[in-house]
Amino acid sequence: MSNQEYQVTRSSNAARVAAILGAIVVVVLIAAPWWAGRADMRLMGEMFLYLALASLWNLMAGYAGLVSVGQQAYVGFGGYMLFALTMFAGLHPLTAIGLAGVLGALISVPVAVLIFRLRGAYFAIGTWVIAEVFRLSFAQVSALGGGSGSSLPVGIVKSLADARDTREALSYWLALGAAVLVVAAVYFFLRSRRGLALTAIRDNELAASSLGIDIWRTKLVVYIVSAALTSMLGALIFLQKLRISPDAAFSVNDWTAFVIFIVVIGGIGTVEGPIIGTLIFFALRETLADLGTVYLIVLGLVAIVVMLKAPRGVWGLIRSRFDLQLFPLRYRVIRRGPSKGA
Amino acid sequence: MEWLNAIVQGALLGGLYALFAAGLSLIFGVMRLVNIAHGDLIVLAAYLGLTVTAATGLHPLLALVVVVPAMGAIGYALQRGLLNQTLGDDLLPPLLVTFGLSVIIQNGLLEVYSADPQKLDAGALETASLSVGGLSLGILPVLTFAVAVAVIWALQWTFYHTSLGRAFRAVSDNQDIAQLMGLNRRHVFGLAMALALVVTGIAGILLGIRTSFDPSIGGGRLIFAFEAVIIGGLGNLWGTLAGGVILGVAQTVGAKIDPGWQLLAGHLAFLFILAVRPNGLFPRIAA
Amino acid sequence: MPDDILRMQGLDAHYQDFQALYGVDMHVDTGEVLAIIGANGAGKTTLMRSITGLIANGPGQILYRGVDIGGMRADQVARLGLAMVPEGRQLFPSLSVEENLVIGGQMGRRGPWSLEKVFALFPILKDRRAVPSTSLSGGQQQMVAIGRALMSNPDIILFDEISLGLAPIVIKDIYDALPGIIGEGMSAVIVEQDITKALSVSSRVYCLQEGRVSLEGASATISREEISRAYFGIQ
Repeated sequence: MSNQEYQVTRSSNAARVAAILGAIVVVVLIAAPWWAGRADMRLMGEMFLYLALASLWNLMAGYAGLVSVGQQAYVGFGGYMLFALTMFAGLHPLTAIGLAGVLGALISVPVAVLIFRLRGAYFAIGTWVIAEVFRLSFAQVSALGGGSGSSLPVGIVKSLADARDTREALSYWLALGAAVLVVAAVYFFLRSRRGLALTAIRDNELAASSLGIDIWRTKLVVYIVSAALTSMLGALIFLQKLRISPDAAFSVNDWTAFVIFIVVIGGIGTVEGPIIGTLIFFALRETLADLGTVYLIVLGLVAIVVMLKAPRGVWGLIRSRFDLQLFPLRYRVIRRGPSKGA
Repeated sequence: MEWLNAIVQGALLGGLYALFAAGLSLIFGVMRLVNIAHGDLIVLAAYLGLTVTAATGLHPLLALVVVVPAMGAIGYALQRGLLNQTLGDDLLPPLLVTFGLSVIIQNGLLEVYSADPQKLDAGALETASLSVGGLSLGILPVLTFAVAVAVIWALQWTFYHTSLGRAFRAVSDNQDIAQLMGLNRRHVFGLAMALALVVTGIAGILLGIRTSFDPSIGGGRLIFAFEAVIIGGLGNLWGTLAGGVILGVAQTVGAKIDPGWQLLAGHLAFLFILAVRPNGLFPRIAA
Repeated sequence: MPDDILRMQGLDAHYQDFQALYGVDMHVDTGEVLAIIGANGAGKTTLMRSITGLIANGPGQILYRGVDIGGMRADQVARLGLAMVPEGRQLFPSLSVEENLVIGGQMGRRGPWSLEKVFALFPILKDRRAVPSTSLSGGQQQMVAIGRALMSNPDIILFDEISLGLAPIVIKDIYDALPGIIGEGMSAVIVEQDITKALSVSSRVYCLQEGRVSLEGASATISREEISRAYFGIQ
């Protein structure tokens, strides 16, 4: 009998290759202002923001068991904070984005205290109520245009940069940076002790609670951090749109339905899922968007079929076939073959 | 007097909300399913009523004869064909599948009926009113409230005095043992969804007579239904009626203060009750 | 018509991710009372869940009157005349005592058992027919669980750990009532940890150990040594 060496590891060749390829892709993307057209850059910027939103929603629903259909509350809140802080407090837009995150975190605490009283699916609808309360409240603020909304004054737009090209490059980089930052933050959080605890909870709540893992606090932290980052993303989104209204800012379709489709189709509960899902979602949108409502019906059907037939999405299918993980979270035991001198 | 009027109108409006909520409450009670598409199914019923009245010239209330069985059949087929596959310990499949269903129904209605607001024409019934102690009460709101009371009474009676209701309770208590009694839980769930959508059909027609509707309003109706259920306390149908009334009164009183506050006041009343009585006002006493 | 009402042939069954039964062969003769004994985790409960259809099984592994029921749903199996008194009673908490009994009979199978007959067997239940089943004592709940199974007028009835969690005096009452229950040509399977009780009411016994049949014999003649060897696996 030969001795065999076993190794417990998180890294794998696939993950190392993926890390290198990922770094190359990021560098190429950073250089986009020098090689991509204006329309392409706008599209990519939008993709990055959706990727970030999807990664955060996936963290909540796929890992923390917090299924929200009300993340538009924070997208809209962040957007409105950008407008309010730049227009009334005279802050620089970048400062306003950061502050929008802080304020989003602050307001999410009392919100969480309330809606954490609701279990499961009722939690989901509760988040929607909160988003409605936000929408109706901002519609009452006449200084921000009430129900019809307002536009960002030219002076504030120009404070980012005078030249239009520079502005567009800057907002592209901000979107790219946000996506990289959020994906990395989610990944490293899930690798941390708390993050692994979260995965343990998802996979077996009973075992996790018997290990003394404080489920409620971990979920609260996830909720607050997601709220803060979603608020910052909202501020970024409306810095690009330059115009805000309650219906656009708190749209359940734009900021929640599409995000859910991305995560479900890509693969819920995987770090890679939102990335794949974003690519599929935008590919579908660019080819089918002319069909209008039919396109949305197709999206709904695809999501239902995926949820029933492949609950871990496209990435789940790939992973089960090839045993791949590009963002290694779990430790695996690897046999390294017989060693010498048995 | 104006305030009293607002309160009475709100209470009557609460009857409609209770009808929205009763179906949601019923299916949660029997199979722990929360149907995100519930509001869109209410709107679907209103559009079915529109098609029936347009095709036959029937009064919308008579269209119930067609719409209610149709909704029941849709409910049974939906449960057997789709939703039964999502049931289990995992929360995500039912939630996300009904969410996808919501998007499909909403956009399907857009495709067929366009985004133009529609209304069911009930003729003189819409404007008729009766005078009670100085208050002018619309016949339609009074009728809606009476229907809500009757529907909830009938559901309650079905639950506690029929073999179907016994089957609902048994399956809700313990699915395994219920099957040992010869109950096919998939069939029982199908019947529960059928009954829920029968109520939803009634609610949709009354909604369509009362106000104009378009394919996008389903989400709002779901939220009202949900708020009425939580305010009243899970698993208590009479509580759901009380929840609907509280929600309706909050809305009309809010609108009296400032027209822009109508919906906000309802949501705030819900959040207030969630803060002080997280189990609702009349939770079912755990047996 | 085969002599056996129930037959397991090479039955494999899984409990969650674990295999709990390995090639179990057993049969129950028509009209006999069979005992199945075994330690905790020997696979008794999984066997009960397999027979009743709560766990799906492979084709041909479970035959009821010669009909393959391995792939049937639990409600289909129940309609064929197979009833169970489940471990831990498992009454429906939101049903009254009477409703718990009535729902047992709602399949409409013909036979000697009726509400009146169950009340005659357990008179205490008649007085308490309208109360929620949860307000009964453990022994009374067991009576309801037995009555509920009888109400379906089954041809075979499975008793899963009916003495578990009950006071000795109550267990004695229940076992004293058993002969009156399983006369009338009904077959029965009694799963028990209390070996003496199981042997006293049965004609044959099987012992399960770690998912396999470790002993089969006539209840009257089997020796204590054989049982403890089969039960604990001591050589």
